[in-house]
Amino acid sequence: MSRYEAVIGLEVHAQLRTKSKIFCSCSTAFGMEPNENVCAVCSGMPGVLPVLNEKVVEYAAKMGLAVGCRVNAASVFARKNYFYPDLPKGYQISQFETPICEHGHLAVTVDGSEKVVGITRIHMEEDAGKNIHSATENASFVDLNRTGVPLIEIVSEPDMRSAEEAVAYLKALRSILVYLGICDGNMEEGSFRCDANVSLRPFGQAELGTRAELKNMNSFRHVQKAIEYEIERQADLLDDGQAVIQETRLYNVDKGVTASMRGKEEAHDYRYFPDPDLVPLVVTDAQLAAWAAELPELPVARRDRFVSQYGLTPKDADVLTAERDVADYFEETARLCNEPKKAANWIMSELLRELNQAALTAAACPLPPAHLARLVTLVESGKISGKIGKQIFPEIFAQGLDPETYVDQKGLSQISDSLALESAVDRVLADNPDEVAAYKAGKTKLMGFFVGQIMKATKGQANPALVNELLGKKLA
Amino acid sequence: MSHELCSLSLTAVRDLLRSGEITAVSATRTCLARIAATEPKLHAVLHLAADAALAEAARLDAAGPDPDKRLWGVPVLVKDAICTKGLPTTCGSKILENFVPFYDATAVAGLKAAGAVILGKTNMDEFAMGSSTENSAYQTTANPWDVAKVPGGSSGGSAAAVSSGQCFGALGTDTGGSIRQPASFCGIVGIKPTYGRVSRYGLVAYGSSLDQIGPMTRTVEDAAAMLTAIAGHDPKDSTSAPEATPDYEADLAAWAGKGDLAGVRLGLPDEYWGEGVDAEVLDCCRAAVDAARGLGAEVVRVSLPHTPYAVATYYIVAMAEASSNLARFDGVRYGYRDASATDLAGLYELSRAKGFGPEVQRRIVIGTYVLSAGYYDAYYRKAAQVRRLIRQDFLDAFASCDVIVGPTSPFAAFGIAEKTEDPLQMYLSDIFTISLNLAGLPGMSIPVGLGAKSAMPVGLQLFGPAFGETRLLCTAKAVMDAVRPPMVPRGI
Repeated sequence: MSRYEAVIGLEVHAQLRTKSKIFCSCSTAFGMEPNENVCAVCSGMPGVLPVLNEKVVEYAAKMGLAVGCRVNAASVFARKNYFYPDLPKGYQISQFETPICEHGHLAVTVDGSEKVVGITRIHMEEDAGKNIHSATENASFVDLNRTGVPLIEIVSEPDMRSAEEAVAYLKALRSILVYLGICDGNMEEGSFRCDANVSLRPFGQAELGTRAELKNMNSFRHVQKAIEYEIERQADLLDDGQAVIQETRLYNVDKGVTASMRGKEEAHDYRYFPDPDLVPLVVTDAQLAAWAAELPELPVARRDRFVSQYGLTPKDADVLTAERDVADYFEETARLCNEPKKAANWIMSELLRELNQAALTAAACPLPPAHLARLVTLVESGKISGKIGKQIFPEIFAQGLDPETYVDQKGLSQISDSLALESAVDRVLADNPDEVAAYKAGKTKLMGFFVGQIMKATKGQANPALVNELLGKKLA
Repeated sequence: MSHELCSLSLTAVRDLLRSGEITAVSATRTCLARIAATEPKLHAVLHLAADAALAEAARLDAAGPDPDKRLWGVPVLVKDAICTKGLPTTCGSKILENFVPFYDATAVAGLKAAGAVILGKTNMDEFAMGSSTENSAYQTTANPWDVAKVPGGSSGGSAAAVSSGQCFGALGTDTGGSIRQPASFCGIVGIKPTYGRVSRYGLVAYGSSLDQIGPMTRTVEDAAAMLTAIAGHDPKDSTSAPEATPDYEADLAAWAGKGDLAGVRLGLPDEYWGEGVDAEVLDCCRAAVDAARGLGAEVVRVSLPHTPYAVATYYIVAMAEASSNLARFDGVRYGYRDASATDLAGLYELSRAKGFGPEVQRRIVIGTYVLSAGYYDAYYRKAAQVRRLIRQDFLDAFASCDVIVGPTSPFAAFGIAEKTEDPLQMYLSDIFTISLNLAGLPGMSIPVGLGAKSAMPVGLQLFGPAFGETRLLCTAKAVMDAVRPPMVPRGI
């Protein structure tokens, strides 16, 4: 479609799920009263000093290990200097020249083909607070609860070539963070945030074009739309012989466009330098080995195992392993009913739909795996039909009911008694003499008609296999 | 008269308090009276906490002397750069005019735990930027030996207070000589401990990689007692040293029985004993070295070849760090806020332009410049490299000597307003003190007599290897005991 190749690199900020902040012992709990989780250190009082939360190092290193990074034996915290009311010290403690992790990579699959995205670096830093502008008076307020909440910034190489690849990379990254248990991955609440650097160049050109940095994308869909819009915007400019300007652009969710926020000449000079209040951070080989041993099974490994252990298709295994909670739910259900493929189908077709509609995560699913396993067993043993199973699913899901009790109470058990069915079959055949004649004359496609009539007569409770068998005998 | 009690050493008064011969309240009243008598001329104290001090002294008296508390009942003053809970901490700056911390610096907590009574806060160059205490936004402190002269700086208030008997000891801070140079100018003892030996928590940062809190007293024993109370590892300061802290006072007392300097090699750096040093300073310092030789010390020549780069290196590192450290004074959460600002940029610009004095603004601008894109490599990075060479100079020198000695300052105290017009001249007066901070090593200044021409005190500086405070204290005591410099200032 275009004469240009898009070049996309992503910077992801992930909030780490530590109990306390990165440089003080204040709580990181969300949703407190403004300035409730604040002390002398995170409010930048005179004379106070930062002390590193070691859990942050562990989490950052584990993320590095999970994406094949080199974890540096010594890394350095640096000050990023700029003035803003939500930044009490007038600088953010981050890492600059020597981050904790470097040179990683992440493989993602887009349209069936694998793509390896390089990860330049992962570094630790503190989050800033929030400015709140009053709607009623001419005043602004600062809430420092978020100040000092630990973040890791994950910087990719400019290896992505489409919005789809960017979103696939983001989803894979988020999945790993959640698997590691180090980030809740919530994009709406801002615990997983992304900026995108987008540039275009003519196909075949090695040199990179001028890039724009996109901000304010709070969902995967926003990322997709914003990048797509930006690629088109830049292509139009280049087509018209105009230059792309290096600038920061904000995505406008309502209009679906990006708009300039600040240009290159307004860019900050952050004057990074090593923070003299913190000594170089040393990670020993022993520490690293211990953290590596603690890594859980990650999405890609789990997907491969699902294929080999449960006989799932790679596509289905992908769906089931994208979220750690879903994968856990599947494995528990499969273990209890011993029907992994059936369990997978129920989860992908019914459970995920219900979860999605109820805006729930698998971890908060009202229907426990044991109940879904029982449902699978009920259907597979022929006690109820698959159709009935699907019909009752929304209700047992919403209320977390035991399907066995539910089926018994409602009298939904399938008619598997051939004597009971035989009379129903005879009645249907007697009521439809023309069709019987036509069938016998060779119009065998009418078999479905008879089955449907019988299911209707039995209100769906007839065992379909038995119905077929009986019909076959009687129409022979 | 009470003045006699005031002229006793800290440890002597501590012993009287311990034995019950005097009470904490009477010691405190004596100091408050001395402050009242001398302040009209000295202007050493910025915030006097008379009521709180008397209440604390009365509380101590009611509980009775505690022999486990090293400074029980001893009245002390604290430099205004060090946070004191419930007591103003302004750093000599208008921008912190109404700032009262809700926390104690770890060093202050150490003094309180040792039973000291905090009388108040001492004047200083604004944010410790200066060598004469003339950069205070509030007042100019005079030298007790001649009130027309400066007390040195930036801990000039603490030095003048200790010298004049307003208190028995004071805390100072030393980023490039701010304890040692005023100690030298006022004829007292001052220690800049090894970087990391005393916690920086609660010290309002100037140059974070250089700053150290240290004691300022009239005798070496006093300094040892006070240092023991404030030194030690602090989990709240990541740069705090994990090394075990000795009982400096006990170690010094144990050594004092020996009394001589046999086997001690004193290193005299060529760069500190030649050109640019006033003759009266050289004379006093040479006499002190001769006294040490008389006690059995061996004198060796050493070299610190990167000394000529120290001033430039120091000012790049210190100003770079300061430009960032002082960013938090923005008028948003505490401190001075200009009421006429109408937008955010105006709030920052006006609050900082009116809240900071000219020297502080100069250093913020220079520090911002040396860190900015395109200049970082030429300035900050280069300075960090030279800094390592300067430290290596000391490590090399300590291969052939135990203690390095030289003048603390090239000249004795100068006149008030004499150097304020020429900041560069003022910066150069730190030439012998700043290398030590760049190297992170311990040093101290002791009085060794009065200059033949100026009749003002002259200080001898002693440098030790990392965590060599005990060695410095023992050598200093031997030299001071031999030299017996005059200690009673005659300017007030």
